[in-house]
Amino acid sequence: MLGILRQRVAAKFNYALNFEQGIGSVALRAFSSSANKMTVRDAINSALDEEMSADPKVFMMGEEVGEYQGAYKITKGLLDKYGPQRVVDTPITEAGFTGIGVGAAYHGLRPVVEFMTFNFSMQAIDHIINSAAKSNYMSSGQISVPIVFRGPNGAASGVGAQHSQCFAAWFGSCPGLKVLVPYSAEDARGLLKAAIRDPDPVVFLENELLYGESFPVSAETLDSSFCVPIGKAKIEREGKDVTIVAYSKMVGFSLQAADILAKEGINAEVINLRSIRPLDRSTINTSVRKTNRIVTVEEGFPQHGVGAEICATVVEDSFEYLDAPVERIAGADVPTPYAANIERMAFPQVEDIVRAAKRACYRSR
Amino acid sequence: MACSATAKIIHNPLMLSSSRSAEKYESCCKISGPTSLLGSKFLGKKLLSAKSAISPASRRSGAVVAVSSDVVKEKKLKSSSSAASNLLITKEEGLVLYEDMYLGRAFEDMCAQMYYRGKMFGFVHLYNGQEAVSTGFIKLLKQEDCVVSTYRDHVHSLSKGVPARQVMSELFGKTTGCCRGQGGSMHMFSKEHNVLGGFAFIGEGIPVATGAAFTSKYKREVLKENCDEVTLAFFGDGTCNNGQFFECLNMASLWKLPIVFVVENNLWAIGMSHLRSTSDPQIWKKGPAFGMPGVHVDGMDVLKVREVAQEAIGRARRGEGPTLVECETYRFRGHSLADPDELRDPAEKAHYATRDPITALKKYLFENNLANEAELKAIDKKIDEIIEDSVEFADASPVPARNQLLENVFADPRGFGIGPDGKYRCEDPKFTEGTAQV
Repeated sequence: MLGILRQRVAAKFNYALNFEQGIGSVALRAFSSSANKMTVRDAINSALDEEMSADPKVFMMGEEVGEYQGAYKITKGLLDKYGPQRVVDTPITEAGFTGIGVGAAYHGLRPVVEFMTFNFSMQAIDHIINSAAKSNYMSSGQISVPIVFRGPNGAASGVGAQHSQCFAAWFGSCPGLKVLVPYSAEDARGLLKAAIRDPDPVVFLENELLYGESFPVSAETLDSSFCVPIGKAKIEREGKDVTIVAYSKMVGFSLQAADILAKEGINAEVINLRSIRPLDRSTINTSVRKTNRIVTVEEGFPQHGVGAEICATVVEDSFEYLDAPVERIAGADVPTPYAANIERMAFPQVEDIVRAAKRACYRSR
Repeated sequence: MACSATAKIIHNPLMLSSSRSAEKYESCCKISGPTSLLGSKFLGKKLLSAKSAISPASRRSGAVVAVSSDVVKEKKLKSSSSAASNLLITKEEGLVLYEDMYLGRAFEDMCAQMYYRGKMFGFVHLYNGQEAVSTGFIKLLKQEDCVVSTYRDHVHSLSKGVPARQVMSELFGKTTGCCRGQGGSMHMFSKEHNVLGGFAFIGEGIPVATGAAFTSKYKREVLKENCDEVTLAFFGDGTCNNGQFFECLNMASLWKLPIVFVVENNLWAIGMSHLRSTSDPQIWKKGPAFGMPGVHVDGMDVLKVREVAQEAIGRARRGEGPTLVECETYRFRGHSLADPDELRDPAEKAHYATRDPITALKKYLFENNLANEAELKAIDKKIDEIIEDSVEFADASPVPARNQLLENVFADPRGFGIGPDGKYRCEDPKFTEGTAQV
């Protein structure tokens, strides 16, 4: 019965979208007879919209989120709908407005702070780590910080060294934070809703190049109470020969690599982490115990990266099950270059993943 | 807004550069301090650099909007001739102020004793000498108003209402402390009394305070609640060179947030003199630059601080926006209990010791027949007993249990993730026993 209720709600939701959001929703309606498709951008926008309308304490803050409709058009239409007091355009003061967001969260509101890219979060990292992540602990549970820090993370295309770093590992090492890395539209919607409802500080790392990508979404995803649990990875593709663990954009690359590997007779299992902290060690280890080989893929710098942590966890928990050393693919250990051809070399590509998977498989064959 | 022609000026700040407060406040001093001669002779050499840097022309430009009302100005002028007939405080208020300041002083002195006996450890920063600022401001607040402080936060917490027992236990690292021993000296939090920390990084509390003020405004205007809460941000002279300070002055003024920025200018940031680190040492000037009033007040005089605080807090409550208040004050002890305090001139310390705010308030109470010796001694005794009791309580309290290590990292403990058995780690019974592996 719940399923029917949900479907009804989803249908109503589609109507509501139609009247309020114009073109985007018309396109959605056009597809509603077949599988629905949604871009990551629309997924995030709709999640923000729904959470803001459900709870008046939720508000958005960041550079260009209001009148500019979002630097990457993620917050399009929200200013018109909720007004300038709930979609706050800030001056260029990361440390200041992040701190203001944290202070507002201390005192009872639920801010969503946008960083134009997470590279700029470094100007505010004192507040993310010291006043947001650690406060619930330091105050012994008196002051919780229900804040979400979101924005694009990792490499875009040709934006140079100061705009291309992936911060998953840095934030992932700090206790008190939850760090989420959505890949598909379903991930983006579900995880962002879960993040906004979560009573703890959440770092929500999106990816600029994924914003425009379309993914099929089920009717359940479109429901306004849809949430994805934090801390659970998703097995995007089942396999039995090698496990490929990735997050964010690299999941797409891994799926492509898995297709190529399938043609060569290697059946790869692709895990979409969804959550860097807490890391779903249970899913990773269960998969390794099944396939006995693992390849980790990330965009960030190799040293002390996410792959290093996954390798450590696999060695600690499933050492006897490994038939080959853990293969770790990461970005090159250099600041990102500008020129297109060497920039391509600085980040993992599908061929790199294929090669690493083969290495993992041929080691003992 | 700050440069309006209707500005009223209380103190002429022009004299600021020549010496510290003493001489220019003589004319409007209710509580008599030492003669100016003493002040200028010893401090003159330190302030030479400031003196030469500030030309008369630049001092006159940019209006100083002082926020005290005409009534106060009148009172101040009157008192120069005779003892003020129109007193600023009633007897009850006077005793409350005295008690609060003495509580702060006695508590900090006890902290020093306990530290040297090994009961307290780590970084402990004491507030001796600055009590007038804390008492003058915080005693005007309601429970719902917020206070955000720095690492020198024991007395701010006490003034706001956190029981001495809880603060002392927290310092001892016991589980009965206000943060159950998880915060420590520099991280006093109390949700009940709206003390939002306790921050170790200077400048970190300012945006958090601005955020609390933002919440207050949001509650009033978006959630349509009846909310006139005010936030006070306390910080030092060193912080006034920090970027976050300026960012928040800008945004608070831009959005007219109900906040008062209180600068406790004690002239020293550990061993760095304010004059050595700041291009323009007059901090109140930074207010008008951002469109808010900048006020300068003698922070060793609790009544003057209280006057200014009343106006500033009133402004914020009425929705007129933020104020920057610079309180000239001094810390009698070193930066922290680990600081040998070798760089400060002993003569400077002696000078300020004669301007002890508690002694000054006592004198005022006697001179104006608001209280007698016996009443104040009774208060002293009461406070001493409270402090003794808090030490005994802290001593007798238990240390945190093992399971407390993993507690409160997340408000939602599923943040610890999924364990190897596929269930959430926080569901593992061993989690609360302190024996689970995370």
